[in-house]
Amino acid sequence: MRHIISILVENKFGVLARIAGMFSGRGFNIETLNVGPMLDSRLSRITATIIGDSEALDQAIKQVYKLVNVLEVTDFSSSQATERELVMVKLTVKPDQRSEVMQVCDIFRAKIIDVAPESLNIEMTGNSNKVRAFLNLIEPYNVIEMARTGNLALKRG
Amino acid sequence: MLDFPANSYLILGSFVFTALIRLQHRPKFTMKNPEKAIEFPEQDSTGPEMKGADVMVAALEREGVDVVYAYPGGASLELHQALTKSKQIRTILPRFEQGGGFMAHGHARVTGKPSVCMATSGPGATNLVTCIADAYMDSVPLIAITGQVYQQFIGKAAFQETDFYGMTLPIVKHSYLVLDKEDLPRIIKEAFHIASTGRPGPVVIDIPKDVQQEVFKPTFPSKLDLPGYQGDVIAPTASDLELEPVLDLISKAKRPVLYIGGGIISGNAHEELRAFAELTGVPVASTLMGMGAFDAEHPLSLYWFGMHGTVAGNWAVCDSDLLICAGARFDDRITGKVDKFAPEAKIVHIDIDVSEHNKNKRVNLPIHSDVKHALARLASLAKKKSFKKPDLSEWLATCDQWKAQHPFSYEKGEHITQQEAIETLYDITKGDAIITTGVGQHQMWAAQFFKFREPRTYISSLGLGTMGFGLPAALGAKVACPDRLVINIDGDGCFLMNIQELGTAKIEKIHAKSIILNNQHLGMVVQWEDLMYDSIRGQTILCDKDDIGGPDNINALYPDFVKIAEGFGVAGRRVIKREELREAIEEMIAHDGPYVLEVVVPYTEHVLPMIKQGMSAKEIILPTD
Repeated sequence: MRHIISILVENKFGVLARIAGMFSGRGFNIETLNVGPMLDSRLSRITATIIGDSEALDQAIKQVYKLVNVLEVTDFSSSQATERELVMVKLTVKPDQRSEVMQVCDIFRAKIIDVAPESLNIEMTGNSNKVRAFLNLIEPYNVIEMARTGNLALKRG
Repeated sequence: MLDFPANSYLILGSFVFTALIRLQHRPKFTMKNPEKAIEFPEQDSTGPEMKGADVMVAALEREGVDVVYAYPGGASLELHQALTKSKQIRTILPRFEQGGGFMAHGHARVTGKPSVCMATSGPGATNLVTCIADAYMDSVPLIAITGQVYQQFIGKAAFQETDFYGMTLPIVKHSYLVLDKEDLPRIIKEAFHIASTGRPGPVVIDIPKDVQQEVFKPTFPSKLDLPGYQGDVIAPTASDLELEPVLDLISKAKRPVLYIGGGIISGNAHEELRAFAELTGVPVASTLMGMGAFDAEHPLSLYWFGMHGTVAGNWAVCDSDLLICAGARFDDRITGKVDKFAPEAKIVHIDIDVSEHNKNKRVNLPIHSDVKHALARLASLAKKKSFKKPDLSEWLATCDQWKAQHPFSYEKGEHITQQEAIETLYDITKGDAIITTGVGQHQMWAAQFFKFREPRTYISSLGLGTMGFGLPAALGAKVACPDRLVINIDGDGCFLMNIQELGTAKIEKIHAKSIILNNQHLGMVVQWEDLMYDSIRGQTILCDKDDIGGPDNINALYPDFVKIAEGFGVAGRRVIKREELREAIEEMIAHDGPYVLEVVVPYTEHVLPMIKQGMSAKEIILPTD
């Protein structure tokens, strides 16, 4: 099962290693991972997507919560949250394909952020379903590079 | 102090942990429970200008440290120079960093307070890793301070450099790499606070040499700012609403058992436990970590259970219809096959560490609480409310029958056996001693034939199971309790693993005693070989395998422990004949100094009863089988 785990931590060195170790030491693969500071710069939020057995993961989450530098842990698997990921892709595009690609971008409200004679850099934001759909459509074009932020999530309401 | 609906656990169980975590959200940056934490000075205080190393020593003194077990080296000699100036702190030199780590471990276990070991960078630090892992497994407040290379050399594979902070991440409660000298006093204060509060555990402080050498005016903090370590992490207290169902369950139970562990000892809750057990009449079975938390001779005691524990304890837990676990963690050596562990019981689990709930065994009623609070509150609720004490006469009669039918037993053979030696020791000391052990058969027999009647008297490496633990742990225990008799019951394999600490015992005048039950084999592995591998010996013989020493082949005994002891200037004696055993033990106890008593025993004895790995209590192997 896919879990999005949001962890509020102190913004200190070693915290990410402790949390990553808590998952890796139990054989979980972290699918996506994102870290960024909060308004209060003493804090950071880590958002990780992990696929795994819920019971074993629950245990790991409780152990993460125990870490001295961790303030809060939320597992969004079973509750309502808004979820977004930002993806950047670089495509090689012949001039005659360019309008086709731009149409796909329009449908997905993706932005072209760099244009070169033979390539395009595209920025796209969405939840995991939208990202997957977009990447499926883009795949036939020649994708040279890609970078993703990984999921971010916030509780609704 | 709970800031969420107290019955939320009951409603949600821990199945919906997400909700629970959010309810426990603690966004404030203030200590919720300062009165529960350690005492702070009223105000920050600033010291005179001094070196970082002196600041560390001053900070240790402020934490009340009186002993440090420390082995020096290039990256920590500044710290040692500073220690020489301390009037408060005695610095003991072990003969191996691991020895120092286990001395601190023994010291912390008998006092319940954090104890400090120290080593230099690189190999000095890595030699402490086993001690830290051991302290983590047994929840011991160990402070491990290590020197680190100059910051400018970190990450450059400098001489004696290891990433000790990174290396120890999975085996610490918390750890620090001190990058800024100004942080040093705060970090030491935090380390002691974290190590000793909540569920205790080891804290590593790695101090680069430049931080030790820089001269500055330190500020010793009056407050700690640990936003992720407060409130319910340190001192969760169950509400009456959470505890009352336990009393209802007891009232209705026909076969209840209290299953207690090391949490009773580290939570200092043995008196509350006794009062609660006596009030409700529920029999008590302990883990090895909980040894002494409940008087072994108490009529309600089932003593200890698990792989080699009492038949009565194992069967009572197995047949129970209500199992109240307090401060224990359903370890595999306790449960055997998890599905068959207390299969008919409703299980209550009281623990300070919420991550232990439902970890190994699904429980019906997880209660997140400091165990001292929970047991005291349960007792007073039982007194106040209309608690109906169940009639357990039939159940207790069954337990008593098991106790009478299946006591720990052994057959007296031609030679002294390990069991007989320990029983004789118990008889002579009347149990008034602190016992440390190594790991293996002798460790189990010590627990079987020495009856532990008070907490902090059985000091053993139980979670990690580290051989070589006994001698250094005994030295640490003796330093902490100089007026008590401290005896290391050891095996010949274990004793060899930290034998160099005889030098520490002699030079530091630490009068701890050791009994080596010498069977020339790694007895516990031999036992498994006998039971499961057709007695094929895979490197389990410690002497010449073509000429095995023993009570019938004295000349082949190897090595000569008495001579080794003599080399260290420590008194020793070898006993082979039964007639000499009692007198030799008396001589050991009476001797004014450290002592090594080598008792030559056969290797053919097995520790019984035994529940093989992955089996249930009903499949226990008895001495009569």
